[in-house]
Amino acid sequence: MIMLPEIGHYFLILAMMFALGLAVLPMSGYALRNAILLASAKPLTYVMTALTCASFVILAIAFAQDDFSVLYVSQHSNSLLPVWYKISAVWGGHEGSLLLWITILTLWASWLAVKSDSLPNSTGPVVLSVLGIVATGFLAFILFTSSPFIRLLPDQPMDGVDLNPLLQDIGLIIHPPMLYMGYVGFSVAFAFAIAALITGNLNASWARWARPWTNVSWAFLTLGIALGSWWAYYELGWGGWWFWDPVENASLMPWLAGTALIHSLAVTEKRGVFKSWTVLLAIFTFSLSLLGTFLVRSGVLTSVHAFASDPTRGVFILALLVVIIGSSLFLYALRASQVKSKVSFGVTGRESWLLINNILLTILTLTVLLGTLYPLIFDAFNLGRISVGAPYFNAVFSPIALLLIVFMGIAPLSKWHNTKGALLWRMAWLPALLAIALSALVFTFHEFDAFLWLSFAIALWLVLMCVRDWLDKVITDRQSLWQRACKLPRHYYGMQLAHIGVAVSLIGVIFVSMNSTETIVRMAPGDRVTVADYDFEFLGTRHVEGPNYTADTGVINVFKDGKNIAQMLPQKRLYQARQQMMTEAALNPGFTRDLYISLGERLEDGAWGVRIYVKSFVRWIWLGGLLMMAGGLLAAWDKRYRRKTGD
Amino acid sequence: MKKLLFFIPFIAFVALGVVFYQQLGKDTQYMPSALIGKPMPEFKLINMDTDAVVDNTAMPNESYLLNFWATWCPSCSAEHAYLGELAQQGVNIVGVDYKDETPAAKKWLAEKGNPYSLVLLDEMGHFGVDMGITGAPETFVVSAEGTVLYRHQGVVDPEVWQTLKEYMQ
Amino acid sequence: MHPVRKKRVITISVILVVLSAAIGLVMYALSQNINLFYSPSQIAAGEAPLNVTIRAGGMVVDGSVKRDSASLDVAFMVTDYKHSVLIEYTGILPDLFREGQGIVAQGKLDERGVLIASEVLAKHDEEYMPPEVTDALEKAKAE
Repeated sequence: MIMLPEIGHYFLILAMMFALGLAVLPMSGYALRNAILLASAKPLTYVMTALTCASFVILAIAFAQDDFSVLYVSQHSNSLLPVWYKISAVWGGHEGSLLLWITILTLWASWLAVKSDSLPNSTGPVVLSVLGIVATGFLAFILFTSSPFIRLLPDQPMDGVDLNPLLQDIGLIIHPPMLYMGYVGFSVAFAFAIAALITGNLNASWARWARPWTNVSWAFLTLGIALGSWWAYYELGWGGWWFWDPVENASLMPWLAGTALIHSLAVTEKRGVFKSWTVLLAIFTFSLSLLGTFLVRSGVLTSVHAFASDPTRGVFILALLVVIIGSSLFLYALRASQVKSKVSFGVTGRESWLLINNILLTILTLTVLLGTLYPLIFDAFNLGRISVGAPYFNAVFSPIALLLIVFMGIAPLSKWHNTKGALLWRMAWLPALLAIALSALVFTFHEFDAFLWLSFAIALWLVLMCVRDWLDKVITDRQSLWQRACKLPRHYYGMQLAHIGVAVSLIGVIFVSMNSTETIVRMAPGDRVTVADYDFEFLGTRHVEGPNYTADTGVINVFKDGKNIAQMLPQKRLYQARQQMMTEAALNPGFTRDLYISLGERLEDGAWGVRIYVKSFVRWIWLGGLLMMAGGLLAAWDKRYRRKTGD
Repeated sequence: MKKLLFFIPFIAFVALGVVFYQQLGKDTQYMPSALIGKPMPEFKLINMDTDAVVDNTAMPNESYLLNFWATWCPSCSAEHAYLGELAQQGVNIVGVDYKDETPAAKKWLAEKGNPYSLVLLDEMGHFGVDMGITGAPETFVVSAEGTVLYRHQGVVDPEVWQTLKEYMQ
Repeated sequence: MHPVRKKRVITISVILVVLSAAIGLVMYALSQNINLFYSPSQIAAGEAPLNVTIRAGGMVVDGSVKRDSASLDVAFMVTDYKHSVLIEYTGILPDLFREGQGIVAQGKLDERGVLIASEVLAKHDEEYMPPEVTDALEKAKAE
């Protein structure tokens, strides 16, 4: 029993051996045209996966059993910690996050191995082999710089330091695994792209295979980002939902590039154009996932979420990045220049609309990348230490994103090759007019702001165009509406759902910024304050004991039109093991508004600094994220991906 | 010519890699001590062994290391064995037990060995504040005349010792 | 013009226009929104500009935090152990704010040399180790 962590470490070493085998054997099998070596890919993948999963489980057991002789456990757990947080503490720190990362990578690889029978003979093994290379690099990184199984022997502590209280939360139990599912999932599209470069089969088929995988990873990443934003909203206690922090940007960049990739893959598959661009985008997307890991873990950027940094680790990750990304881009430079796209397309064809989508999404990615890295570059040239604030991102991101959403309304109803102007006009004039009018109507009840008015009109335009397109497709003379609606393919509904999700999020963002009230007041027991249409009465605080913390709970009654509608209980917690203060906000959620209260500091005479927000439609931001995720999954579930790929 | 276009992503990435590499070693948090070259602040602390109040005059008449440590600090136990080695080589080390409890500190030294020629108790951390420390362990090099020569934040290991040694002479 | 060439010209010019618009936007936004970081010594030496948003950071000086009893105004000093700068802020300080901790404030310097902060950040460090002895570690060291 006591040996388990050593076994876990040993399994990781073995996993690296198998990953190395997976990186080398099938690849040489491809070069030597040796069927046996090629066939080794699947068993190697399965064994590697079993080993990483086993060591992950062993680490989880060490946490569950409070084995504080393991350094990592003693740093991130405590005997008083509730059991669910003990399990999620597995990925509460650097070493465990990486173990989760690699475990998810191997799981994706195994899933791919199961599905690889439908691929042509040599493609499957080469794709798995590329994943083997990535896995080898990350396993080496874990083993040489960040093993979670290091022991504190002989003098082991009696108890652990505890998990950072910020991470003791349901949102943080599920957020990192979802995010990593997304990040790591892009490795599959990456592996397909690299395999296509290696084998020289840069025709449209690789795009077809990579599409469902990319959709699924994108859906997970969307969910991961939405969860992260939701967590920041209620856990950080200042009610913001996005801070343009480097750590957040690190997850947003692969999402933007991945969104571009989904669309570009569609064009490459259907029309055989943008071939070399799509390959580059697949490399770019996965590179950004790796870069995110590097930025977060190496400490080159200072962030409010900064994690303990270690230059040795930084050098190792950088070396890993250079090897993986550098060699991919070099291979790309050598091979992709030989590809020629033969099919031409018209200026008004769907290809062009999707090209605009790709240009805008790439620009968005690059502006976020630039804003995130600018402090680094500035410092590298000794120009001083700077930070790029949220206003930069808002100023650059919003107009480009809005422009993108305008085109999102048009592209789905355009036709491949060429779209007639008359058709576009016939479809678009009514939605455009309605959007402008409805938006104007809303602003008659509200102080006019040209930018918000335009944004709202654009969100409505997107929704109306989606509906218009659907109506156009289902209304025919021959069949009933219902029959027709059922016949439309799943990938069509997936796309519609994701697009409407974007509009829903946008509406949430617009209303939050235009119709939210924020008050920070000093409240003594008995004080009343009015915020928006609500009255808040502070009754005082009471002392509460939690499993591993003590807290002051504020009791606040909320009245609307004289009626008591809720009692809200924000907390100020003191976590004992770390002596760390935490604000636990109280939420009264609603479909069209959230009431949000967090306690600030205790002032004299039992008074507290209290933050009260009334936020309109804030839930819509994450609701939109859920719709996008559902759309991505639905599209990946389309029947046509399940046919054997022969054509 | 057109072929070169495909190398642009590669070249851009290499350039970015160089910038990252330069950034890696830089400590974005480092704060140099204001005390360098100045006399050590005056203090009155309790000597752990004798329970007597001592001040600056009790400090060694040779250059020495002033090491802030505590039993609550895991990194301190990491450097403890190496400090023991240094003490055996004849390096004079004065320990300051920082924001700690005396019985625990005595027990710790009894178990792990005592590398210090003198241990001062700074239970409230006032001396630590005067010295401008931000945590433990921190180690200062102080000259025979009582001038602060160098400050190191973090664990002392053979590599760090090479630097400290130069200041000791 | 040949239709294929015409299409290519249109495509490339659209890309160029969008790209240059984006670059212009980025340049403008960057010139408006980067905040230089100054240490208390630099501020004391008069290197930091007045009435421009900057960042300043250092350790919160022990005993320097003063609160107004009637409002949420708070003032405190941060230091780099050479010089200190006074920071004034209205609002709720982050949970991790405490004396002796490192913080970063964003705001504007006024004529008095006081930083009027609009935002105060303390780090959420994953391996933060409070100097106060905790129950857990007392047990650990007793081993």
